Parts: sequence; structure tokens; C-alpha cells
Amino acid sequence: MMLRTEPFVVNIGPQHPSSHGLFRLRVTLDGEVVKDLELVLGYLHRGIEKLAEGRTYTQNITLTDRLDYLAQMTNNWAYVIAVEKLAGIKVPERAEYLRVIIGEMMRLSSHLCFIGFFLNELGAYFTPLFYMFRDREKIIDLFDMVCGQRLNYNYMRVGGVSHDIPEEFVPALKRLLDEMPRLIDEYEQLLSGNEILLARTKKVGILTKEKAINCSASGPVLRASGVKWDIRKVDPYSVYDRFDFEIPVGSVGDVYDRYWVRVQEMRQSVRILKQALEQLPKGETKAEVPFLLRPPVGDAYGRIEGPKGELGFYLVSDNSIAPYRWHVRPPALLNLTALRELAIGWKLADAIVIFGSLDTILGEVDR
Amino acid sequence: MEIEETKLTISDIQESELAEAKAINSIRESCKLIPDPDEWLQGEISRNVLVTTIDAVLDWGRRSSVWPVNMGLACCAFEMIAMANARFDIARFGMELLRPTPRQADLCWVCGTITWRMAPALKRIYEQMAEPKWVLAMGSCAITGGPFRESYNVVPGVNCLLPVDVYVPGCPPRPEALLYGILLLHRKIGRGTIQKELAEKIEEWKQKMSLKAYLKGMWR
Amino acid sequence: MTVALGVEAVARKVAETFPVTTITTDRDALIVPPESLLQVAQYLKDTPGFDFGYLTCLTAVDYTDYFEVVYHLTSLKHNHSLVLKTRCYDREKPTVPSVVSLWQGADLQEREAYDLMGIVFSGHPNLKRLFLWEGFPGYPLRRDYL
Repeated sequence: MMLRTEPFVVNIGPQHPSSHGLFRLRVTLDGEVVKDLELVLGYLHRGIEKLAEGRTYTQNITLTDRLDYLAQMTNNWAYVIAVEKLAGIKVPERAEYLRVIIGEMMRLSSHLCFIGFFLNELGAYFTPLFYMFRDREKIIDLFDMVCGQRLNYNYMRVGGVSHDIPEEFVPALKRLLDEMPRLIDEYEQLLSGNEILLARTKKVGILTKEKAINCSASGPVLRASGVKWDIRKVDPYSVYDRFDFEIPVGSVGDVYDRYWVRVQEMRQSVRILKQALEQLPKGETKAEVPFLLRPPVGDAYGRIEGPKGELGFYLVSDNSIAPYRWHVRPPALLNLTALRELAIGWKLADAIVIFGSLDTILGEVDR
Repeated sequence: MEIEETKLTISDIQESELAEAKAINSIRESCKLIPDPDEWLQGEISRNVLVTTIDAVLDWGRRSSVWPVNMGLACCAFEMIAMANARFDIARFGMELLRPTPRQADLCWVCGTITWRMAPALKRIYEQMAEPKWVLAMGSCAITGGPFRESYNVVPGVNCLLPVDVYVPGCPPRPEALLYGILLLHRKIGRGTIQKELAEKIEEWKQKMSLKAYLKGMWR
Repeated sequence: MTVALGVEAVARKVAETFPVTTITTDRDALIVPPESLLQVAQYLKDTPGFDFGYLTCLTAVDYTDYFEVVYHLTSLKHNHSLVLKTRCYDREKPTVPSVVSLWQGADLQEREAYDLMGIVFSGHPNLKRLFLWEGFPGYPLRRDYL
């Protein structure tokens, strides 16, 4: 007797409860098992690269905010590093320390969001998210104190930061840093030993070392697969060579490792922040830069270690006030290259969890 | 027992892509600015006492539990989620259930930039919602296209596609601003009346129940 | 520190191995004609002194006379980097060989370059538009669009 099964195509459409953004998955299922997976993008493609060719270098900083809208100031930072490389501008020390402080706080905020949404996908619908957002609100209050905005800060400038921090900022940040380790311990106690989480994430979606390097993965995804590659250590930018911190590296490369690496990175961020606050010098916060910057003819690639991975900007200049070509190297898009091979063979629910563990933000993928 | 598998052909997927492209192009060519619905300006309708009391009760019911559909498209979505969380509690207005499906929702709040590629999907979700329904445009991208207005793929405002009731400006608007927008929407719902709907229904029944229509039906 | 390799030395070594092709250098990048791109890329990836196994970034730029595809390569083993460029002078149908067989990370980036610039990558398994829909008129990121 022949039993003929027919694979059918399910469309996980652009609007759906998983709050990573507007992506669309065309999944070919055989029963519950994923046979093929196609990613359809472009539902948030706003044409930022074309728009940037019509604005000055400083105006483009507002566009970079809208790329990865969970860690906005790290986008600003990567762009500003690329412009400074192109134009040969040196940044004063206090500005560098302020950038590091803000960058690490953004990393904390982004990883908190990741844990919240990742557990959303596992089924703990909204309860961990409430806890994470409660702490994220504390971090956002500090940003409100510095930049006046809750989201889309636009704080970095070519040559430094836009203005100095107020006096209340440092004591408030110290209070938060005293609380943070206890809060991270609370999350680890609730989540990392949880049976359901372990059963659903251990040995699921294993990304091997060679595959990760071949697929240009970066950031926590690469480190969870066992590659010790963090741009803050191998190619230090700003003042990262003055701090003492470790790089958490996973062993297996499954979904649990990607979650674990991010939680450990949060602890290391707290460590860097404490050292930066002690070493914060006095001085200027911005170098002398002309109002309409005209970098010399050439191209430059500036990159940082963002919370999602290696965020880079490739700029080409032709000595005018607007860039000739403005391109983003999106870590979220490149981490997605491996999704198809990772998800084939697993059930549909696992495929969603694997997608969630890669931590994509559609603003960056689609631009 | 052997299992024989059949494979889907590539042409099925390509057909769906071409159909999607056709839908996008047709919306892009045929869209024009939809005027804001302003039924509450009707004013001169004579209201009798019975309908006013029913109106009051229905409006109280409708505005106390407006369930929004989870339409977070871009950065504004995070302010929406922040508002749904413990600090700016939206549950005190009865709106904490962000429905993923439009069939159970009343409010379509568009948070974020809309692109031409997303436009057919957005229209479809709006059409799947049941009456009465309202639209709230959150953020400058939804109101006029925002910082991306001149782009080749961005719709200049939701009012090209859907009739909008409340506009909340900001980039992104603070959760307090969004709450104020929601309170304005509640006020607007409170001024609604079912009289127009009742009058239309009575006309419809009259048409069906007329002698002429009955005799016509008999002869078929 | 990631060291950017001196381009002159690399150019000399590559020219020794592939004497037929014309290799030029431009400030800090190695320029290779499209016909020999795959061979040079394979050589850079496999040779023990270079080991460029990680493709950091793939971009396309439209200078009005020609299209230029830029590859940023990194070696995780030796911690050095290199910029490889290739130029295509055809405006109607620019064609460049695809490097997906060497670095799979080029898959989505080449689709994006095809979508927004119109550069055809020969040998790509699934060259479809990524962000825009089928039937979108033109290629937005070209300098003569709009």
C-alpha cells in the first residue's frame, strides 16, 4: 500500500505576532517538518541608501538611527567612525569615553530586548518581556537625561558627541550598575535552568564553526559557534584597549549557546561600564569640524562590534558635501544567510525559535 | 508501506510572486487621498430619546474595550510595546489585548513606515476587520511618510490607503502622547451614533418587504 | 589589530601566479578584471599565507563610466584584511562572476546588488530580486534613476 504525502506551502505572512518586524517566510511543510524555507524580504525597504546620497554627512546621522532601531547609538557610532576615517579627524578623549559608555548601555538594552522576544517565541508570551522592559525603562530614562529622547537619539556627531552629559547622569548610572548584576542573576535563575527552555533549545539548530565563517556570520552568532572573534579585541577602536573584559564563547553552536553568549555579554558590559566610569577624564566633547564637511576623494570602511554583530559602513566620497555612495553592512541580513540550512529538518515551531535566536531587526535587514 | 512524495513546482511560487507584483502596482497607480471619516459632524439629525440612550450604552461599551491589532511595522512599534508594558499601562483602558489576528480587533493602529510592498497586505488586514473599526496613524512615517517621504518605496501617509481617525505626531511619539491620542479616539467613539446604521437597515428591509418585490419573487 | 595588507606586495604575488591577467592597484585596493575574478579569489582563499576565508562585505558602486564591485576580505587566522575590486564597463547588462561557491555569505548581498543596481552575477543559484518586487521599473541605486 502506498501512502502519498503532499508537501504544502504555508505563508508566515508579513504581519504576525513575533515582533521581529515585517519578514515573510514561505515554508514548505511535510506534516510538521520543514522541508524547504524561503525568506521574502523588502516589506520595510525604505531606500535609505538612495536617500543618503542627497543629504550631508551630518544629516545622515538621523538616518542611521532608523536602521537598527533597538541599538540606535551604535549605528551612529559606526557611521561616524567611517566618516572620521575618510576625513582624517581625531576625536578628543572625553568624547571617546562617553561613546564607550553609551555604546555599552545600548548593548545592555538590546540584549534585554533579545531575551524578552526570544522567550516570546518559546511560548512564555509576554511575561519575561514585562520584566525586561521594566529594566530597559531604567536605561532609557538615563538616555532621556542625556539626549532628551526615548528612541532615535541622534547623539553622536562627526568628531565627538553632540553635547556633554549632565551632572546627575554619573550617580544615576552608578546606582543602576549596582543593581544590574543582581537583576541578571534573577533572570538566569528564572530562565537558564528552566526545563522547557533547555529541552527546546539544547541541540537545536546547530551552526558549525566552518559554516558560520563561510556564511559571514558575526557577533554573538559567530561566537556561539566557537569562534573567538570580537572586533573590540582583535581590531580595537576608540579606547577599548584600555579595558579589561572577556569574550564569552559558546561550544556547540545551538540555540541555547546563542542565548547564553548574550547573557554573559551583558555581564561583561557592566564590567566595562564600571571601568569606564572610573577612568572618565575631563575635556572637550567634540573636535573642530567644519559645518559642511568635505572629505577628500576616496573610500573608507568603518566598523564596530554592535549588539547584533559587525556593523560596518562603506562610504565613497567625491569631495562634495554629500556622500557619493553610502552602504551599510547589515549584520542581521548576513546572519540570516544560514537560516535555510539551519531550519530544514526541524519542526515548524523549532524553525521559529531558530529564527528568533539569530536576533534580526528588519530595519537593518531591509534598510 | 512506502511513502511517495510529490514536489511543488517552481512555477507555483513564481505565479504567486507575479500576482503580488500585480497587486502592488495596481494599488500604487489607483490610490488617492482618502478623506477623514467625520460622521460625528452630522449634527442636524433629529435624535429621539430611545436611540440616544442606546447610543450612550453602546458607545460606552465600544470605547471601554477597544482591542488593537498588532500592526507594529518599524521603530514606533517599540513605543507601542513600551506602552503595553507595566510602566505606561494600557490595560487600564481595556486595551491590553493586542490581537495578532484582525478578525478579533477593533483598532488598526499603524505604527511605522508603510512601503508600497506592504500596502496590499495592510489593506487586506483592514478589510478583514469587522465593523465598527477605527484607524490611528502613529508617528510621522504613518502620517506623511516621515523622513523617508521622497523615497521610491514609501507610501506618503496611511491616508492614501485607509481612512484615518486620529493622527499622533512624533518620531516616535512618546507613550504619553500615544495615550493622549487614544483618549481622543475614545472621545470620538463616544460621539458616535447608530442612527445612520439603523436608518440604512430599515431602508433595506423596506425594499425586501415591499409588495412589488414579493410579487416579482413569486413569478420567478 | 587587523592589519590591512600592503597592496603592492599582494599584487606582485598574484601577478606571478596568474601572469595572463592584468592586476592594478588603486591606493589601498587590488583591482582585478571580471574574467579572472574567481581564480584570484580562490587563490586568495586557499593559499596558506593569505587564508581569506571570511567575506566581510560585498558592495557595488556606480561610477557613471563603469560599475565597481568591492569585496572586503578578512582572514580570521592571521588577522589581516584586503580590499578586492573589480570593474565592469558594460552599462546595458553588466555581468560579474559570482563568488557564492567560495563564500556563501555573498548570497544575499549579490541578490541585493542585482536588485538595486542591475549587476548580473553569473553562476548564482537563485538570482531574484530581494527587496523590490518583480516588475519594478529600473534599478534605484544607479546614478541615472529618477
